[in-house]
Amino acid sequence: MGPERITFGGRLLPAALIAPQLLIVGLFFYWPAVQAVWQSFQMQDAFGLSTEFVWFDNYRALFADPAYYQALVTTLVFAAAVAGLSLSFALLLAVMADREIRGSGIYRTLLIWPYAVAPAVAGVLFGFLFQPGLGLIARGLNGIGIPWNPLLDGNHAMILVVMAAAWKQVSYNFLFFLAGLQAIPGSVIEAAAIDGAGPARRFWTIVFPLLSPTTFFLMVVNVVYAFCETFGVIDVLTHGGPGRATQTLVYKVYQDGRIGADLGGSAAQSVVLMAIVIGLTAIQFRYVEKRVAY
Amino acid sequence: MAPTTTIRIALAGLGLALAATPALAVTELQWWHAMTGANNDAVNRLADEFNASQGDYKVVPTYKGNYGETLNAGIAAFRAGTAPHIMQVFEVGTATMMSAKGAIKPVYQLMKDAGEPFDPNAYLPAITGYYSTTKGEMLSFPFNSSSMVMWVNTDALKSIGLSEPPKTWPDLFAAAKKLTQNGFPNCGFSTTWVTWLNIEQLSAWHNVPVATKANGMDGLDTTLEINGPLQVKHLGNLAEAQKDKTFDYSGRYDSGFGRFTAGECPIMFGSSGSYGNVKGAAKFAWASAPMPYYPDMPGAPQNSIIGGASLWVMGGKKPDEYKGVAKFFAFLSDTDRQAKLHQTTGYMPITKAAYEKSKADGFYAKNPALETPIKELTNKPPTENSRGLRLGNLPQMRDLWAEEIEATLAGKKTAKQALDEAATRGNAMLRQFEKQAGR
Repeated sequence: MGPERITFGGRLLPAALIAPQLLIVGLFFYWPAVQAVWQSFQMQDAFGLSTEFVWFDNYRALFADPAYYQALVTTLVFAAAVAGLSLSFALLLAVMADREIRGSGIYRTLLIWPYAVAPAVAGVLFGFLFQPGLGLIARGLNGIGIPWNPLLDGNHAMILVVMAAAWKQVSYNFLFFLAGLQAIPGSVIEAAAIDGAGPARRFWTIVFPLLSPTTFFLMVVNVVYAFCETFGVIDVLTHGGPGRATQTLVYKVYQDGRIGADLGGSAAQSVVLMAIVIGLTAIQFRYVEKRVAY
Repeated sequence: MAPTTTIRIALAGLGLALAATPALAVTELQWWHAMTGANNDAVNRLADEFNASQGDYKVVPTYKGNYGETLNAGIAAFRAGTAPHIMQVFEVGTATMMSAKGAIKPVYQLMKDAGEPFDPNAYLPAITGYYSTTKGEMLSFPFNSSSMVMWVNTDALKSIGLSEPPKTWPDLFAAAKKLTQNGFPNCGFSTTWVTWLNIEQLSAWHNVPVATKANGMDGLDTTLEINGPLQVKHLGNLAEAQKDKTFDYSGRYDSGFGRFTAGECPIMFGSSGSYGNVKGAAKFAWASAPMPYYPDMPGAPQNSIIGGASLWVMGGKKPDEYKGVAKFFAFLSDTDRQAKLHQTTGYMPITKAAYEKSKADGFYAKNPALETPIKELTNKPPTENSRGLRLGNLPQMRDLWAEEIEATLAGKKTAKQALDEAATRGNAMLRQFEKQAGR
């Protein structure tokens, strides 16, 4: 399968070819990661005037804090909701846009646009629409008898940040799903149609399994996105509130590290978060990937 | 543009900079600040005036983002050894700055070393108290101060038969209830900065402590007292009022202020610094009034505490540079300059003379809203409960307190439970700060 592999002989040339990537990854990923681990064992004042090596104190404080476990649960709920919502919605859109329709190129382009919107901007947008009392959608909801109030109702706030975070990711998922759909040979589907399989059956028995590599890849990307990159949306929309209803792990890292100037504690949280994300990705590759047909 | 041209221009610029440096005998003083719009203009004008007034020093103001960003930028720069000379820090960052011994140069020390005339008694004590030790030594230079006032839609009050804003909390709750029944179903009254009003100002205004050790001014080993009878009673009242929107929550920070200017909330607590905003946006008759008080508390109201920011002098600079900074502060303290700054920005006058001058000029007759915060601040001489707050990590602590207040308003906790937990969690944060900063 696939083209013939090209192998470079010797050791020097391959090393030289790969060195720039390694250098960049090392400089911008491994070095900060090592720094975070090192800092998580220290206690420091904001100005860095005095630093003390405190072994596992920061971790101990972390695991003794009930708020941390709450943030963990919140994050899991949040990630599952964001990944589920953005994947299913993007798949629906991709299937629609894959049809033979006039001007499909324009639809496809328009559907990709929201990806260019920065998370914070997406947050502001949703904030305006859903602000109780002034927001367009919020007033509509109140008008039909739903007392929408994300400022005080934790579930409303969660729905709001999930929608904003998922909305941001739909375009990206759409792009991959559309490419995946277009890679499926038309003859297979036509053959099924001739055999009498209806659209729903064709989709679930042929298209969806053939899309599984794409779906799997997107699932990993979306979970990592929900875990690590959604802080801007949360900061703009809810600041982690009301109560601690939308305080995810990554938002807590920001609150403790940047606002609270607790660098050691925040570094310890980053390290734990990193471990969780690595662990989740490993589980996904180890178990879920077995069900993927390439 | 071809890359070579870019490089050539860059090199030429570098050459010019190198050539120019020795020719300038003036000492540059970097001033990092967080002022935007009209306030940014005021900062630039002050620097220009100072630079034109003498030839030895040049103050260079630089905008570094909002208050939090400016503080973070300053901390990062200090760690990298490139701190500015003067840094504008918001009032809740005071404990962070003050605990950074060696990172800052106390202002009283600076003025003494430089031999500049400096009389702490010339300043409004309610303002300088926030930035002074309990011995009265001024640590930072007050620059822009505000306080919390009650903004009222006087048209709305008239519609329920009130010619004056309510003076006490019971009256306010009653008036707000009437307002929800007469044209304001979404909101009788609301507030920005929910903890600033309902914990910090409430306590000071009733001469009740927020924390032991004179609200943290006497040491880092302070514990919170925000779960006292007054605070519990007040939060309970708020939660009750939230049920029928007599009070309606508008978020932790000040983004809800638009509900007042848009006419949705007829009464809104907010910074006196919102003056320009109200003046520009409100399409109804409005006024500012002092915060209400509970009449059963003896001695209330006491005095309010300030918001806004002050100027901190960073440590590790050359004596000549400090001389320049001291000169600049003396320049800022000038009565006419202070009065003008107060009258153009809406921030508080810092010296007593500037206040007296504004009064004599008839400024408050035309702008009564700007006198309200001064009357609140100077209502009585500050006590240890009303001088200010010096709590570590106060910006983050406010979020923590707000979380608990939100839980109460949502009906998930009683006021007592919420404030007890806010105190417990806040104390853990204070101990953490003590460990970090106290060594």
